[in-house]
Amino acid sequence: MSTISLRVNGVERDVSITGCETLLTILRDELKLTGTKRGCNQGVCGACTVLVDGVAVRSCLSLAGLHDGAEISTVEGMADRQTLSSIQEAFSETGAVQCGFCTSGMMMATKALLEKTPSPTRDEIREGISGNLCRCSGYKKIVEAVELAAQQISAQEGAS
Amino acid sequence: MNKMTPEISGGVGDSPRKVETSEKVLGRARYIADLSRPGMLHGAILPSPYVHAKINSYNTEAAMALPGVEAVITGDDFGHDYMGPFIKDEGAIAKDKVRYIGEPVAAVAATSPEIAREALELIEVEYEVLKPVLSMDEAVADGAPIVHDDLEKYIKIFEAVSYDNVMSETKMSEGDVDAAWDDCDLIVENVYETQAQNHMPLETCGALAEIDGNGRIELWSANQSVFRVQANVCETLGLPMSKLRCLTPSIGGGFGNKMEAHIQPIVVKLTMETGLPVKLILSREEDFEMIRARHPFRIKMKTGVKNDGTFVARDVEILMDGGAFSDDSPGVLGYSMLCSRGPYRIPNMRATGQVVYTNRLRFAAFRGFGNPQVNFASETQIDEIAEKLGIDPIEIRLKNAMETGDTWFGGQIVESVSLKECLSKAKEASNWESKRKAYAKDKGPIKRGIGLASCGHISGLLGTGAIIRLLEDGTVALNTGATDIGQGSDTVLSQMAAEALQVPLENISLASPDTDGSPFNWGTTASRVTYTTGRAVVGAAKDVEAQVKKAASQMLECAVEDLELKPGGMVGVKGVPGHEVSFFDVSKYTHWAVGGPIVGSHTLVYDKPTIDPKRATVSGTPFSNIGAYAFNTMVVEVEIDERTGQTKAVEVWSATDVGKAINPKLVEGQLEGSFVQGLGYALFEEMVWDNGRLANPNLMDYKVPGALDVPHDIHSIIVEQPEPDGPFGAKGVGEVGIVTVPSSIANAITHATGVALNKLPMTSERLFEALEEKEESDAA
Repeated sequence: MSTISLRVNGVERDVSITGCETLLTILRDELKLTGTKRGCNQGVCGACTVLVDGVAVRSCLSLAGLHDGAEISTVEGMADRQTLSSIQEAFSETGAVQCGFCTSGMMMATKALLEKTPSPTRDEIREGISGNLCRCSGYKKIVEAVELAAQQISAQEGAS
Repeated sequence: MNKMTPEISGGVGDSPRKVETSEKVLGRARYIADLSRPGMLHGAILPSPYVHAKINSYNTEAAMALPGVEAVITGDDFGHDYMGPFIKDEGAIAKDKVRYIGEPVAAVAATSPEIAREALELIEVEYEVLKPVLSMDEAVADGAPIVHDDLEKYIKIFEAVSYDNVMSETKMSEGDVDAAWDDCDLIVENVYETQAQNHMPLETCGALAEIDGNGRIELWSANQSVFRVQANVCETLGLPMSKLRCLTPSIGGGFGNKMEAHIQPIVVKLTMETGLPVKLILSREEDFEMIRARHPFRIKMKTGVKNDGTFVARDVEILMDGGAFSDDSPGVLGYSMLCSRGPYRIPNMRATGQVVYTNRLRFAAFRGFGNPQVNFASETQIDEIAEKLGIDPIEIRLKNAMETGDTWFGGQIVESVSLKECLSKAKEASNWESKRKAYAKDKGPIKRGIGLASCGHISGLLGTGAIIRLLEDGTVALNTGATDIGQGSDTVLSQMAAEALQVPLENISLASPDTDGSPFNWGTTASRVTYTTGRAVVGAAKDVEAQVKKAASQMLECAVEDLELKPGGMVGVKGVPGHEVSFFDVSKYTHWAVGGPIVGSHTLVYDKPTIDPKRATVSGTPFSNIGAYAFNTMVVEVEIDERTGQTKAVEVWSATDVGKAINPKLVEGQLEGSFVQGLGYALFEEMVWDNGRLANPNLMDYKVPGALDVPHDIHSIIVEQPEPDGPFGAKGVGEVGIVTVPSSIANAITHATGVALNKLPMTSERLFEALEEKEESDAA
């Protein structure tokens, strides 16, 4: 066993690991942050997407031990208590959420995309979420949600 | 698509956010994998390594001896108690023999998932390998091995015709097909084949059970009906239903594979053995190999017509792979036959079908329930006929389209038919005529095509109920027992209650389904919740309205007939503003003074006969009362690269009659999602078996559509022709939008290339080969 330190949604968390745990297992089973989902455990579906130092990674394929000292962002850190972030608002408003199982991973992929490309085209949005599967929506309303989030974020930044 | 009462926020016709959206975007919605209980054990299942084998003995001693293992169960721990919605042929776990690779043979409960899985490797099972039945053809071959030796003895809930490996055989006919061929100017006949598709909801199946000191069990699981879970578990474990309470967490999608039981009976048995809570979540691979998939079909279809395009006769023969257990198969067979005429007038019809047992996982309900398969045959055959007669595909459909008051195949009168409107609207919106002409001139290598297909699909069947209580402060509690699997029924049913009682949506709370407290609901299946459960909600609201008016008449000293509900939770004298009381006042009065707390309820079972014996001759039909049809016309535009055979759907128009869109945005969500799930089915999704072993049980090898695979736009064209007894006129929309996807894409491919594949999925490889063949035969 060894101890690693993760900064999860801005809070320092020390975790004991044997070495073989994935980041997803640590988040869900140790830290009880169950908003990040396990859809395939094979790195294909994207439901487990979180940000590690701002980069979208599949937490089911990523060993926790490799992230000592890293900044981890999950869905639980998106809102300010009950106040939804722009991305969460946009996903809610456009009807992009059906069963919701892909939603947290999809929103984390969106966050990574918009930080790099603040005003993406539709094709850039499709590309940006192409590693995240959704079986309910047909993606149309998810693409609309990402567009709306981009508009809202740039409007807020313009105002501030 | 207008709001019915503009003053009511979130009423019928409005598109409020889904009621559970916030908890989902906050990551706080709890799915089955997110739940835990103190002292909880973890389960694991040993799958069968054999396609077909007799089980001679088990040795579980080494597994039991592993520290941390609390229970090991095998077929020896179960009696011969079987479940099945049509034929009771399936136990909780394999007993006496195994019938497919992946079938649960034994299960373990241990203090950690790792120990549970380690214990599986210590279980010894002695098998005697039997000759397998690997395909539909092998199942019906002379001297075939028998998958179920006890088929005759099984309990069947309908007049099933079952023998050898034939699980169910159904026949339906109207008119005189044999005599009618002589009246036809053109007869077209083909064989069509469809493949197995995995449901692949993002969430795999799982369950968590806990037993109390009195031996009563609480079961949480990924489900589409807490009531079907309760019935299945109790049947397989020989438990009285009063001993099992079933509840639901948030559900990560279903599409049919969570409707009947999956691993719940095993998890309940493990908790009964150990006295401790047990949780088991399947891996993606286990889910692929162990649970369910869409039925492969082979359909022989022959249609005869007049030179003017009038349909005269059709003969349909269906052979369906049911897999190792019957599950919903007899229903899927009967329903596919019922839909084999499509929404058209064909006076002479005959359909015969067999669903057979094979040594593959059970095939079962999957969005469309057999309709997409027969629609693929029917709608591509209609295009072939139209081409041969030189008639436009839309014109030939308009010529033969059903109208309101016509009968469906079997004889039921359909009281709301809007097919012609769907056809016309899709034609207009897609700019059909000019594209049809222009694309035919494409020289390649990229060829464009535009095609269409139509269908009807039911929304009414089986039993349901609703309870509405007026709370002490005048707000409203709704309880229906319908599991929302993501499609939005919690929101839609709440909107109906809000509209019926003239209160804002935020004043309605919705109870989570619970077999202890919710009224019976068959399940979230067959596009039935909006229509069938919606009727119960409206009925319960009427009951509450009557009780509210009775109390108000006493409070206001007026006749009940003079009262009406007013927007905002008020009841008052008709046409007299100010002379009214609020629901809060009424609730205070009834709770604390006169009459008692207000609880309204309504239950119903869909009871319109499917078959009219004066019109149709049938045998072996699995259901007597289904109906309430929604209609759809799908136009798809494709681009095909002749050099690779790759098909891209570039734009889609889905004209759909939903009776009344209770929440237009959620209707769009169903239509868009249906299209994309159908797109995968049409073009590339296929479960492939290698000698009985599923060769692609994971998302690396089984591809589902991603964001880059979908069309530039999917246009939902909502048509509203009310169902006379539907809630606010509504029909169902969960499935109707997937039925026509393979057929419309196939017709667009044929328009672009002149090639008809008659086989799903229409992969690049298959199309490329067909294009090569065509080139060779054109040159010859």
